[in-house]
Amino acid sequence: MGGNSEVPLIVNGKRLDGRGLEDLRPITIEAGVLNRANGSAYLTWGKNKVLAAVYGPREVFPKHETNLYGSIVRCRYMMAPFSTEEHGRAGPNRRSREISKVTKEAFESVVIKEVYPKTAIDIYVDILEGQGSTRVAGLTAAAVALANAGIPMKDIPIGVSVGKIDNKIAVDMMKEEDNFGQADMPLAINPTTGEVILLQMDGKMTRDEFIHALDLAFAKVPEIREKQIEALREFFKKSSASIEEGNGNGSSVIEEEQGLLGQQEAGVQEQ
Amino acid sequence: MVMVIDELKKEAVKDMLKLGKRTDGRSFDQYREISIKTNVISAAEGSADVTIGKSRVMAGVKLEVVEPFSDRPTEGTLTVNADLLPTAHETFEEGPPSEESIELARVVDRGIRAAEAVDLKSLFIEEGKVWGVFVDIYTLDHDGNLLDAAALAATAALQSMKVPKYENEKIIREEMTPKKLLNIPTQCTFVKIGKDIILDPTYAEEIVADARITYCVGDGMLYAIQKAGPGAFSKDEIISLLDKSFEQRKYLLSLLEKI
Repeated sequence: MGGNSEVPLIVNGKRLDGRGLEDLRPITIEAGVLNRANGSAYLTWGKNKVLAAVYGPREVFPKHETNLYGSIVRCRYMMAPFSTEEHGRAGPNRRSREISKVTKEAFESVVIKEVYPKTAIDIYVDILEGQGSTRVAGLTAAAVALANAGIPMKDIPIGVSVGKIDNKIAVDMMKEEDNFGQADMPLAINPTTGEVILLQMDGKMTRDEFIHALDLAFAKVPEIREKQIEALREFFKKSSASIEEGNGNGSSVIEEEQGLLGQQEAGVQEQ
Repeated sequence: MVMVIDELKKEAVKDMLKLGKRTDGRSFDQYREISIKTNVISAAEGSADVTIGKSRVMAGVKLEVVEPFSDRPTEGTLTVNADLLPTAHETFEEGPPSEESIELARVVDRGIRAAEAVDLKSLFIEEGKVWGVFVDIYTLDHDGNLLDAAALAATAALQSMKVPKYENEKIIREEMTPKKLLNIPTQCTFVKIGKDIILDPTYAEEIVADARITYCVGDGMLYAIQKAGPGAFSKDEIISLLDKSFEQRKYLLSLLEKI
């Protein structure tokens, strides 16, 4: 938090990237981008590039963390060393561990744990390029990845940040606003119930500014939610189309295998 | 690790809440008894020993001459660390910092830093040299709400800080100048159990809670918030708890201003 930035963050009502105070940066989300993970999503938010992967429900390692009555939810948020202007050290640091914790706890509130006892649901959020408000971008992507993995959830949460720049409340903090602004507040909200499942704040806000910021965050929920739904809809369209055509990845793999097994007797494999 | 006695206490907490009561007779908006002692460690440049009920946290402030951050070349630095000692509770294990201890340190740090409580600008020594203020939080006894005990301890330790003399490249700790905080932030932690929200949870109240939220405030100003735990808060609850944090400020300030 810079407090007093020498660079004005708002000029003629426009922010450094031309946005108005209540405008989100452009968001794109694609679901099911990874082959190995059970669920995944690739999200861009402004210049942020985020990859979320979900493995689970799966066996718990280390075993002593197993919960007999439900699944455990774990999360690892990490920024790639090449994701920021300055080279970052690989591996977790205090900031990434705290973000992992609050992200995990947000998802603990929506994942219906009782369905798969004694399992783990592991969420991996990797920030490939970081440009402000990465934790909420990561959370928004992870929510899509969890849905993509078929994990039962009460709701699909969205993440959004609000803040104060040049004494004005604005939504969706970009990097410069994060660094030089007067307050930064990431949130995660369950669109159906309006419950807040992640909330952090850092900076200086009066009570009125805080309420204004909360209201602004809530106002943006439908826009972000729509992107998540679009991503999941697209994914289902693609996978049902390939099943219908009978030309899914499955059949091409089998054709390859038959070619490889050419010398042996290859029986017809049932799909 | 599951402690059987604590599991039984969880039931007692829930049963009492159904009757609108807490197991120790407090109201939902009441702190346990708080004691703050300062200048308890003579080797440190600032120190405090705080108890909230049966929880106990110490904080020590040490000053070292360090290089400033490149983007703030004329300001001192502030670093807050916390150790959740195995001494304090059976569930605290030895080893690298747990996410709980990292969170505690960062939350306490955030409030003090956002409040600009420490006069970092006055800690400039000469080009390339500033005072680095190192606050270390040591939790000794855990019966809940280590966050607020830690915040009080860190704040009290900083309020009682003395800066040594620096001359000819030497730190002279025999000649100290008191340096008070520019302003005193206060922090409140609440937990939510079902629909009930209570201030200053005991350990049993913490482990039965669905969610926790901490506010750091100043005079008419909000400095930091941290929500934790697998539960959720409504927008109205979030605003009402901010108001409660402002209400509690008078009381907490009165304790801190005495030192």
